[in-house]
Amino acid sequence: MTATSDTTPSRVLSAPLQVAFDYTRSTGLVLGAFMTGLRERRILAARTSDGRVVVPPVEYDPVTHAAVSADDLVEVGATGTVVTWTWVSEPVPGQPLDEPFAFALVTLDGATAPMLHAVKADGPQSLQTGMQVSAVWSDQPQGHITDIQYFEPTGEARGGSPAAASAGSPDAPEGVTQVITPVELDYIYEASPEESAFFRAIAEGRLVGQRCPKCQKVYIPPRGACPVDGVPTAEEVELPDSGIVTTFCIVNVPFLGQKIKPPYVSAYILLEGADIAFLHLILGIPADEVRMGMKVRAVWKPREEWGTTVENISHFEPTGEPDADYESYRAHL
Amino acid sequence: MGKQLAAVVGVGQTHYRAKREDVSMPGLLREAVDRAMADANVGFDDLDAIVVGKAPDLFEGVMMPELFLSDALGAAGKPLLRVHTAGSVGGSTANVAASLVQSGVHRRVLAVAFEKQSESNAMWALSIPVPFIMPVHAGAGGYFAPHVRSYIRRSGAPVHIGAMVAAKDRQNALKNEYAHLRNPDTTFESVMASQMLWDPIRYDETCPSSDGACAVVIADEDTAAASPNPAWIHGTVMRTEPTTAAERDQVNPQAGREAAAAIYKQAGITDPLTEIDCAEIYVPFSWFEPMWLENLGFAAEGSGWKLTESGATALDGELPVNMSGGVLSSNPIGASGMIRFAEAALQVRGAAGEHQVPDARRALGHAYGGGSQFFAMWIVGADRPA
Amino acid sequence: MRDVAVVGFAQRQMSHFDGSPTMVELLVPLFAELWEQTGWSKDDIGFWCSGSSDYLAGRSFSFVSAVDAIGTLPPVNESHVEMDAAWALYEAWVKIQTGEVDAALVYGFGKSSAGLLRRVLALQLDPYVLTPLWPDTVSIAALQARLGLEAGRWSEEDLAAVVAGSRSAATANPYALLSGETSVDKLLAEPMFSDPLRKHDCAPVTDGAAAIVIAAGDRARSVCERPAWITGYEHRTDGQNLSLRDLSRAPSVAGAASRLDLAGVDVAELHAPFSHQELLLREELGLDDSVSVNPSGGPLAGNPMFSAGLIRIGEAARRIQDGTAGKVLAHATSGPALQQNLLCVMSGTSTGGGN
Repeated sequence: MTATSDTTPSRVLSAPLQVAFDYTRSTGLVLGAFMTGLRERRILAARTSDGRVVVPPVEYDPVTHAAVSADDLVEVGATGTVVTWTWVSEPVPGQPLDEPFAFALVTLDGATAPMLHAVKADGPQSLQTGMQVSAVWSDQPQGHITDIQYFEPTGEARGGSPAAASAGSPDAPEGVTQVITPVELDYIYEASPEESAFFRAIAEGRLVGQRCPKCQKVYIPPRGACPVDGVPTAEEVELPDSGIVTTFCIVNVPFLGQKIKPPYVSAYILLEGADIAFLHLILGIPADEVRMGMKVRAVWKPREEWGTTVENISHFEPTGEPDADYESYRAHL
Repeated sequence: MGKQLAAVVGVGQTHYRAKREDVSMPGLLREAVDRAMADANVGFDDLDAIVVGKAPDLFEGVMMPELFLSDALGAAGKPLLRVHTAGSVGGSTANVAASLVQSGVHRRVLAVAFEKQSESNAMWALSIPVPFIMPVHAGAGGYFAPHVRSYIRRSGAPVHIGAMVAAKDRQNALKNEYAHLRNPDTTFESVMASQMLWDPIRYDETCPSSDGACAVVIADEDTAAASPNPAWIHGTVMRTEPTTAAERDQVNPQAGREAAAAIYKQAGITDPLTEIDCAEIYVPFSWFEPMWLENLGFAAEGSGWKLTESGATALDGELPVNMSGGVLSSNPIGASGMIRFAEAALQVRGAAGEHQVPDARRALGHAYGGGSQFFAMWIVGADRPA
Repeated sequence: MRDVAVVGFAQRQMSHFDGSPTMVELLVPLFAELWEQTGWSKDDIGFWCSGSSDYLAGRSFSFVSAVDAIGTLPPVNESHVEMDAAWALYEAWVKIQTGEVDAALVYGFGKSSAGLLRRVLALQLDPYVLTPLWPDTVSIAALQARLGLEAGRWSEEDLAAVVAGSRSAATANPYALLSGETSVDKLLAEPMFSDPLRKHDCAPVTDGAAAIVIAAGDRARSVCERPAWITGYEHRTDGQNLSLRDLSRAPSVAGAASRLDLAGVDVAELHAPFSHQELLLREELGLDDSVSVNPSGGPLAGNPMFSAGLIRIGEAARRIQDGTAGKVLAHATSGPALQQNLLCVMSGTSTGGGN
């Protein structure tokens, strides 16, 4: 992770942050039947106790709150009437179309309640409430809401039509029970001014903490608010890159996103002159020989690899000095 | 008007499993909700408000999922609240629901908490790298393991205590039809033989990742009086402290100690070990049983492990702890706190089935979250509070 | 019910907050302002509650570090809702009603600019059949706006008039992002963004935070000359299902209002992030032209997610405290197209419910 280029000096550091995961959603029976229908280019609706025909089908009746049975779903048409619409002039990633399009509520033939989907058209002038639109199916339906790629004004429909659909693809005889939904979000992360000062110093190989003006404790990294006093830490205190291990664990477990091969030691390190320990790695000693109170110093990455990150310190390693007395760090456990 | 009495009149749980692939999220919640409402003998129209709790939205990839769940929960037209207090959230959710009745605002409130962890990966959701910061090279267990080491050092506890807790809770889970881990072969020896994951925490000393939901119906005095076996709420408490602070005690956090003192005062308890009949405590890693026994005042500082070692926390012990099998046996994170609270209620209602503690009259439900910094508890009793 | 009043209010709004998503740096001065207003310190607060969102911040447990701004050793009695802080204030009000505490501080914060807000909010929709299409929050609102337009309940001119009114009123609000005199004609000459909505019909993406102190009875009177007494506090949700909901209505608003006495309200601060929603809310609430709506400029002048609802309560309370209004209504919303709604009525005179 590196800082974005500093064309205009900012008081804080920023960097992109992506949050992305392909979520696995179990559908339950009703939505599973709906998704299975989509895979066969059929659209299934629920009949509610007050007589509405609702698509996508609801799992629970809106009036009685009783569970809807997947066996009671009814098929509706793939053509319908626009109830309301909007023209999306600036689509965002993930939407059904990359170029401007419409979102609309469409009441399908045979249904009495509308569903939301995209409508492809030349422009907002081509849309109006009450117009007929038809589903355009994806070439290879998977059992997902995106099997309907979008709707388009009836008469222009291309791609598969319900009539042309095969009754289920032979290689997927089981009903759909799961859908995969990728969720990918991009953020700009910014550090607090206090943290930014710390990260900028570490880019120069210095460890700079700050002292709380009230309790006088030295925090590293410094804090936008001392967690005891609720005021920002202020006075800068340069700290050495050596200290002690207060407590630690030996990591033997592999997990998603792990960067180092187990076993290794994750330890709380209390720098000399600091009043709070932080987590970092201990290497350069067999994992089972790491001790509470062990004196350690930072091993820095080569200077050319430095950035505004704590990862400039590759890890900590033992100094070989005698261990600290338990009483000297007991209050930090 | 003053504080009104409130009681739990219905409890519902799903079966907890690694993956509940048979249901959607609404289906998962309704399984617990329908059971709680049947237990309470109420319908949707009888409920004045709904409180939903769950842990981070990133687990399911839905922002404020209570919004879309409102349809399945029959919430339309009702007040709906969404609580999120990290791992303690299940407990906090029950407490917020209780306050809605204790304040006199509502008469019957449904609280439901859930997590469908199989939709994503909890380890991922909890360790998305923050720019500039050192990545957490250890995952969730790695966060707590150093503090367990600190506890062992501070208390001088023998290293086998954790395995005793894990074996006990897993054996208790065999008596709980809803529990996720139900392996009759889990014994003290098998736990000791399991892989050291986050030394000093072994594989069998860690909680599973579960799908599940838990719901309770909390009602006012009149409604409760008509219930055959209400669990009267004798006290509720929440306390928060920072994740990290200079010289913060992470083994025996002040927030937990103060929460315990406050709730005992509310419930008129002076000696918790003798006055509380059983406790369902949030123990995601086995060593937290002795740690919380001290934090909660059941044992003096440094001697919680002795209570565990003596067998006092076994189902037939002086203070049965985690009769349901605990978080070590079922862990849908957002619901885990409420399951503790619900188990406490089941015990004093005499409705805990095979894991019932004979004649349990007063029970503690406990939850914690974040870096041992958010605490939520309640004490429920078979008797109407004095 | 105990008499409970708003006795302190502080806010910040900006188009971009250059600081951490925990917003601790922004909360510290807000709390300092509240201590100045009330003369209290954190020791006087019996309960704390906040509202924020992990997805807005882009990380789990975003609220966890925010408590540092309080200074939470010794520990505090604290809770959090994943909702606008207007609901956090409700939880705090309930807490005071239990008699356990007498004063509470509530805060909300959110850094909307960290991601692409209208896209992030698509995650509030049904995850099976809607989120995969990424219907952004502006599009959903636009579907609602068109329903009202075509039913003749409002016109494009009406929408522009709401915007012009907001901009004009906001000139008196130092926290407003958008303010100034404009005209319906000028606004209607702007291009469509999400037809029938133009960019100015949508609240600006806003970072910010707000905090409110409430207290019971004599505690309130001791620190505030003219406390804004909460005489009614109700919230409701509608179902979300866009197939079942009549998008052109917000029955939960009318439902909450049915339990309140709105007669004689001088000022209403309505949390309408889209211009047509102010009109929709007026209808649901039955507010006539004698009520001054959004004298702060409202959300169209600035809409910091997860505190904008709380700000409506603070702004409305301010009118009681400065003596310009005798009875006020504040509204907060959450979810797509006004799904969830909260109403808080405040008055210069308490109901006499006691301490």
